[in-house]
Amino acid sequence: MGIYTAITSVVGFIYFFPVLWIILTAFKTRPDALAVPPKLFFTPTFDNFVSVFYRASITTGTSQATDMGLYFFNSIFIAFTSVGLALIVGTLAAYAFSRYPLKGNETYLFIILTTRMMPPIVVIIPIFLMFRLSGLAGSYWGIILLYTAFNIPFSVWLVKSFFDELNPEIEDAARMDGASERRVFFRFCIPQILAGLSATFVFGLILTWNEFLFALLLTGVETRTVPVAMARTLGGEVGVDYGLLAAIVTLFLIPIFFVTFLLQNQLLRGVTFGTVKK
Amino acid sequence: MTIDLQKLTKRFGSLTAVDAIDLDVGDGEVLCLLGPSGCGKTTTLRMVAGLEYATQGDVMLQGKRVNDLAPRDRNVAMSFQFYALYPSLTVAENLAFPLHAEGLSSSEIAARVTTISDTLQLGSILKRTPGQLAEGEKQRVAVGRSIIRDPTCFLFDEPLSRLDVQLREEMRGEIKEVLQDLSRPTVIVTHDQLEALTMADRIAVMRDGRIEQVDTPHNVFQKPANLFVAGFIGTPQMNLLPATLTKAEEAGRAEFAVEGGQSMTIEVDRRVSELSPGSRVTLGVRPRNLEISSEPADDGLSTQIDIVEPMGAETLVHLNDGHHDLRLVADWRVPLAEGEKVHTRFPPGVTHIFTENEQVLRTQ
Repeated sequence: MGIYTAITSVVGFIYFFPVLWIILTAFKTRPDALAVPPKLFFTPTFDNFVSVFYRASITTGTSQATDMGLYFFNSIFIAFTSVGLALIVGTLAAYAFSRYPLKGNETYLFIILTTRMMPPIVVIIPIFLMFRLSGLAGSYWGIILLYTAFNIPFSVWLVKSFFDELNPEIEDAARMDGASERRVFFRFCIPQILAGLSATFVFGLILTWNEFLFALLLTGVETRTVPVAMARTLGGEVGVDYGLLAAIVTLFLIPIFFVTFLLQNQLLRGVTFGTVKK
Repeated sequence: MTIDLQKLTKRFGSLTAVDAIDLDVGDGEVLCLLGPSGCGKTTTLRMVAGLEYATQGDVMLQGKRVNDLAPRDRNVAMSFQFYALYPSLTVAENLAFPLHAEGLSSSEIAARVTTISDTLQLGSILKRTPGQLAEGEKQRVAVGRSIIRDPTCFLFDEPLSRLDVQLREEMRGEIKEVLQDLSRPTVIVTHDQLEALTMADRIAVMRDGRIEQVDTPHNVFQKPANLFVAGFIGTPQMNLLPATLTKAEEAGRAEFAVEGGQSMTIEVDRRVSELSPGSRVTLGVRPRNLEISSEPADDGLSTQIDIVEPMGAETLVHLNDGHHDLRLVADWRVPLAEGEKVHTRFPPGVTHIFTENEQVLRTQ
């Protein structure tokens, strides 16, 4: 037992080290952040976190509120809405695929999967033009619909595998005991795959949360997400402000940390679903 | 209250799972659908339950055609192979679930749950969820949930297949007792002949979507209608020996030639005289009915003992005449040695004779 704990701790630490370094950097002053050799012990400062939201303008020198608060709201709103939508649509579709086998189901499923086979950048020009023409560019609904579309294939496939694992006898039993089809679905199927739904939600959330390319091209000033805003702090006349960047990243990690820890137990069951013999 | 199936057929695409079967189950009767896997027995059960649509034919419950009714409108109770307990509900809630649909008051529901849990000794586990139960307890809860209502009939899909041998014997008795008290038409699907023989009033043996024979357990065993039923029912399996009729006399004495040049004169059914000499037949004799003799006999074959398998009170002997394997069950006290040459006798009246189209020849 002891040796496994030790190995796990070492491996865990190696994986976590870059994250830890970012978090440490967020508390460093600029000289500390750039010091060679790197400093492990230093006097922590909260200046970086303050300047995420209030920063001195380079031209006037006065402290001004940044739009970072809005961008955090955008990231949360866009990611949660689109992943939630994809999960709802995906779960309904997955149930249909799993329980009502029709001719050609395999083909439909394959076609759904093909949308994830190419790198997204391939379709960026047509999507950009579609968004320009339809007026979706720069709007919340535009980027939310796009992310939803990206998440649906993934949700359908994952959730279908969870439905496939269920014992259909339970649904039959419920039908015989007087349950309607709607009740069978909501009362008996959904509760059994909550762990799977949580896992699907978190995976989708992480992918969407970190998405940069489409957000860069298709969001406007008002709907910009944090990854895009983060990239914009990289340039500038005074070089890269690593402390500021690290502070944004640290704040950016918090929602995902929060969701993951909240769903930790469900997640573990979700990812091991079907791997353990019942 | 009865179940009546008329020309019931189920096709899945080009596959015919159930092929125009006729079957009726009377009030209080327990009928077992017995057959190898894939013979259509579960599909038949599911059509009675309403979980599968019938392609053709009718399902009649209490004389009423129910083909187009949803499962919940048929008032049929079913117990499933994997128990199908609702995982998020406790045992008490599982038992009570079918009653909610009937719109009973909560005090009435509680009273019925108590009655059932007393009958099946579930009192101590009412608060647990299915995940915390042992296999035998799950089976009990599943049975309890199916009998808690007052349905027109009961359906059991492989009720004991998941239990270990000891528990299976115990539950078999318990279920039989419960079914006797209920006296409703009951259909049990099983692939286990012992289960069918012990629990059923009548057995329907199925193969490839057809019913091969419907009869009492005794008759299915003693008077198999055809080669399939003869080979399927009984352990160890009936010996089936291909032979050619050479001479048929009155009163059922007939001479048969078997591959390898040996011939024997044995007593079979009188209808053997309907066959002309040279007919190909199959002789069927149960391992417990064969006899061994050290003296040559013209009502048997000379054989050699291949393998001796002690089974406790009895010994299973594998015999070989150079072309066929024969199984024989002898009392454990009979001294037998592998490699020994013995004569295997076919005593009068125990040999079934099957014609070339696999049907039995038997005087009614």
